[in-house]
Amino acid sequence: MAHTTRKSSARKKKTVTARAKRPERRLVVLVATRKGAWLFHGDSARKAWKSDGPHFLGHIVNHLVLDPRDGRTLLAAAKTGHLGPTIFRSTNLGRTWEEASRPPAFAKAPAGKTGRAVDHTFWLTPCHANEPNTWYAGTSPQGLFRSEDNGDTWAPFSIVNDDPQYRAWMGTVQDGTPDGPKMHSIIVDPRDTAHLYFAMSGGGVHETRDRGRTWSPLVQGMEVVEGFDASNIAFHDPHCVRLCPSNPDRLYQQNHCGIYRLDRPSNIWTRIGSAMPKAVGDVGFPMVVHPRDDNTAWVLPMDGTTVWPRTSPGGKPAVYVTRNGGERWQRLDAGLPKSQAWWTVKRQAMAADAHNPVGLYFGTTSGELWMSRDEGRRWTCIARHLPEIYSVEAAPLD
Amino acid sequence: MKVLMPSSLLSYTGTSRVEASGTTLAELVADLERRYPGIRFRVIDEQDRVRGHMRFFVNNEQVFDLSHRLRPNDEVCLMQALSGG
Repeated sequence: MAHTTRKSSARKKKTVTARAKRPERRLVVLVATRKGAWLFHGDSARKAWKSDGPHFLGHIVNHLVLDPRDGRTLLAAAKTGHLGPTIFRSTNLGRTWEEASRPPAFAKAPAGKTGRAVDHTFWLTPCHANEPNTWYAGTSPQGLFRSEDNGDTWAPFSIVNDDPQYRAWMGTVQDGTPDGPKMHSIIVDPRDTAHLYFAMSGGGVHETRDRGRTWSPLVQGMEVVEGFDASNIAFHDPHCVRLCPSNPDRLYQQNHCGIYRLDRPSNIWTRIGSAMPKAVGDVGFPMVVHPRDDNTAWVLPMDGTTVWPRTSPGGKPAVYVTRNGGERWQRLDAGLPKSQAWWTVKRQAMAADAHNPVGLYFGTTSGELWMSRDEGRRWTCIARHLPEIYSVEAAPLD
Repeated sequence: MKVLMPSSLLSYTGTSRVEASGTTLAELVADLERRYPGIRFRVIDEQDRVRGHMRFFVNNEQVFDLSHRLRPNDEVCLMQALSGG
């Protein structure tokens, strides 16, 4: 027995040592801002960061995403204050860029009809390894597009852009966010690439199981602003939807009206933000999920009272974590400003890496890039004085 | 004919004064697209509307209609509106 214990102990020690020796992969943190994009290259310990930028100085870059399938192709969704929207592509981590030869654009309207024009591409989602070179894009006003040639040419995808019912749910440009209505949170089920989700601000969460031939709203359980009819899909405003990589049947959502969780096959969202402190509330933009634990998720609340200041509540920013699927929430603010910090974090501007412990990153509307190496227990500012940050993504490099 | 380009499009043309041809403004833009791929969509949207902050001037007169007829000696100026932030 004692011999067995020693063996077991030795084996355990060996395993621990092997794990400790395995180097974590280097990371790049991709930061898209109102005035350009930056790449922050980190070492494997995530302690030293080297800035590469600005790329596209003066461009409004809504999303900058690295293709996890090859680890070197970047797509940037960009426009300027004057020029129309486009997609820039790099296959060498941003050393050189090429412009898409056909960026996302709506179909030309028939004569006598007023057609929509893409104001900007807002969201980029790479597909999975079994659909190489394939990407999805969501635009403002709301439109869904697909590229099958690594972002060079884009075409409207599925019936959504022109379907009369979906157009009614999308509303007009006046019905969306101050910066225009958005198509976002395009999610591909890692088990089935015909199973997709997207969300619209406003216009609800939607799902297809047949690669976009048909779509269904997925809004049961989601609340809307008091006085409005929750059965009207147009009134639903999901801010950010995330699927758990460790359990693709679980989704989390930060909504205009609370924080939610959905466990499939159920179609009913459960409001889990009710457990947040009442003084803070459960309004915000981003939501981030743990790469290996479907009970752990993070949010960064903002002030959604009165005229919707969209600042950190009371000027005291904090991340909140749940480690039990939303039953309880814990405040994580060590290292963050204790007062008079009136910024917030937009829906694409918070991300997690896959290290152990997980690293968290967020970019603020005031141009600061913050990170935590220990799942939010302690925060460090790694860049200041950037333009307003629109998106942050953390990606491993080979 | 001569076309004066705004600074925001120099990444396409490399110079502020370029040559292009066409009997209408639409044809001129099509010729610019042939010479400088991608430039059209930055200026004209998918519904063939001139984008909100871009303006065409022909011989110092503002022109909104892409079917506007051009003569070989016309001077075309593409400008970005004084807007932004």
